[in-house]
Formats: sequence, C-alpha cells, structure tokens
Amino acid sequence: MHKELRTSLRSFFIGRFIYAALVAAYYFLVLHFLGGWLAHWFHEERRLYAAMALVLIVGQGILLEIVTRSLMELLKPRAED
Amino acid sequence: MTFLISGTHIDPVYLMAVGFVVGMLGGFFGVGGSFLAGPALFAAGVPMNFVVGTDLAHIVGKSIVAARKHRTLGNVDVKLGAIMVVGTIAGVEAGAQLIQALKRTARIDWAVGVTFILVLLGISGFMGWESVKTLKVFGWAKRKPGKAGTHPSKRDQSAVAHIAKRIHSLNLPPFVSLPASGIKRVSLWVILGVAFFGGFFSGFLGGGAGYIRMPCLVYLLGVPTHIAVGTDLFEIIISASYGTVTHALKGNVDILIALVMHTGAALGAQIGATFTQFLGGPRLRMAFIPLPLIGAIIMLHGLLAGHPAK
Repeated sequence: MHKELRTSLRSFFIGRFIYAALVAAYYFLVLHFLGGWLAHWFHEERRLYAAMALVLIVGQGILLEIVTRSLMELLKPRAED
Repeated sequence: MTFLISGTHIDPVYLMAVGFVVGMLGGFFGVGGSFLAGPALFAAGVPMNFVVGTDLAHIVGKSIVAARKHRTLGNVDVKLGAIMVVGTIAGVEAGAQLIQALKRTARIDWAVGVTFILVLLGISGFMGWESVKTLKVFGWAKRKPGKAGTHPSKRDQSAVAHIAKRIHSLNLPPFVSLPASGIKRVSLWVILGVAFFGGFFSGFLGGGAGYIRMPCLVYLLGVPTHIAVGTDLFEIIISASYGTVTHALKGNVDILIALVMHTGAALGAQIGATFTQFLGGPRLRMAFIPLPLIGAIIMLHGLLAGHPAK
C-alpha cells in the first residue's frame, strides 16, 4: 500500500512537472509570436480576429487533451509495479 | 505581464492557477466554472465586458476536454444536446446584445456583477435546500450497488422529482422522447425554453452558464444528474463557441488571457471528470453548493473594493 502510494505520487509529480514545462514553453511561444498579430487583428480585422480566436482555443483544447491524456497514460502506475 | 488586447496587467501564473481550479470543478460538476473564473478575472482588473467574453472563450477549450471524457463514460444525451442548440444560440445572442447595450452606459460592472451575485446565491440556496431534503427522504447511508450492475453513484434521486413529472405532463406539442435520459415524453418547447434561459445567462454573464442549465436539466426536465453533467458540457461547447465569436466581433474577448487560463484548465478538467464516478447524485449536488457562494463573495468584494483597473 505504502509502495503503491509512493509510486502514484511520484508519477503524479513527474507528470505535473513535464506538463508544466510543456505548457510554459507553449504559452511563452504563443504570447511571443501571436501576441502582436492578435492585437493587430483585434483593432483592424475584427472578423479575422473572431475566427482566429475560435480556431486557437479549439485547437489548443484538442492539442492539450491529447498531451494530457498521453501523459496520464504514460505515467499511470502499472498493476505489476 | 501586459495583455495588449484588453490592456490589463496580470501574472500568467495567476491565470493558469485560476484555470486549473475552474477546470477541475468543471470536469467534476459539469459546469464551466465561470462562477469562479468570472469573479477571479474581474478581481484581477479585467474590464467587465472582457470578463464575459474571455471567460466564454476559455471555456470552449476546456469543455472539449471534459465533454469528451464524459462521452466515454456514457454521460452525454446527444439527442437532448442537439435539440437544445437552437434555444441556446438564440439565448447567447440575446445576452450578448444586452452586454453591448450596457457597454454604452457606465453601469455595466454593477448590472452584471449584481445579477451574477443574485443568480449564484439563488442557485446555491436552492441546491442546498433540495439536497438536504433529498438526503433526509432517501437516507444519508451509502447505497448498495444495483442489480443491473449500475454503479451506485449513477442512480439518482430527488425530493423535487414531482416538478419534472408535472413538466413532462404539459400538453404542449410537439413532443420528443429522450431514451438516454429515461424521459418518455416532454414538450419540445420546454427543452427550447430551458436552452434559451441557459444561453441568455451564458451570453450575459459569460462562461457556459452550467450553473443555470445543470439545475434546470435535473429539476425541470428530470434528467439524471450524471447525464445532466455530461450533456451540459456538450451544450457548453456550442454556447461558448457561438458566444466567443459574437463577443469577439463586439470587441469583448482577450483570447491571449483565455489561452493562458486554458493551459491550467486542461489538466484540471481531466482530474475533475475522473472524480465524478465516486459521488452519488444528491451528494454531488451538495458538494457543489459552496462554489457559487465563493464566486458571489469574490464578485461582491470586487464591486465594493472598486475595480483594480480604475
């Protein structure tokens, strides 16, 4: 029981660490490269901005779900451990 | 850091943390979490019109994750969700138009804020009363697994089930049946009315308005709580997607804030949806009660203390 708990906690923290690193890298990239463009579209091309807003949030939703699920599967403590 | 679109200065870690908390609650209770996300954004200095629009946008991404999880658990009534889309979209547009009208006045913070608080207090009070009554009638003891192999948490009881029965007997054609929710016959207009009501609050207060739609599905339509949770999330994707586009066109969405918040929410939603398997209907509803109250307190504090951006 004690070993199981330790394995679960270790997997949990490794998972959170990898996820945090991926997400941090991702959002700095997004903020850095897209920030200016999005602000420009918001002020000048509102229709393009609205379309991009939906595409970005849906795309991110799908992408992060795949990443999160894969990480959870990968780090789930196995029965034989 | 400064978010150029809304012109607000917020720490991205704060946004991620807010996203994580509302993501977990969203996955667990089937609500978008705007009862906390909205007040949290307002408290951080985001203007009220951006609070409404941005919250809607962040919820699109989060609901995709949680709805998919609930679909695999068999908690989504696709037929009910598809019917509700029409009423939801009309409601969202009505709510967004009202925000647009209020934007021209100086009273938008108070109008939205006070409505938010009243709605949250009402929901919390009603759900508290109903859950206690149900648990008194049906007992607080843990129930044994059903004969058909149903997980105990999936079987549902409600002390106000007679309201749904009365609504089912309304003679207002056309009628539809919802086998996935165990409803033999209900007026189409009732479903559209519930959808419009939820959509209106989604467009007016932001988020998916699951805090309105979920109780309506359970108490008015008689949908089992777990199906209501999953179907509500499915509906939130539609209402929030439409709301994102219409609010973005009206200049009420800072998509960068939404993207950062969503990174925390994606993880929280996975964890929250998994936990729904361990609580029964009345207990699940009871666990929900303090959350709108917390949102109401944050919003009240924001309104009384003055908006940080001002």
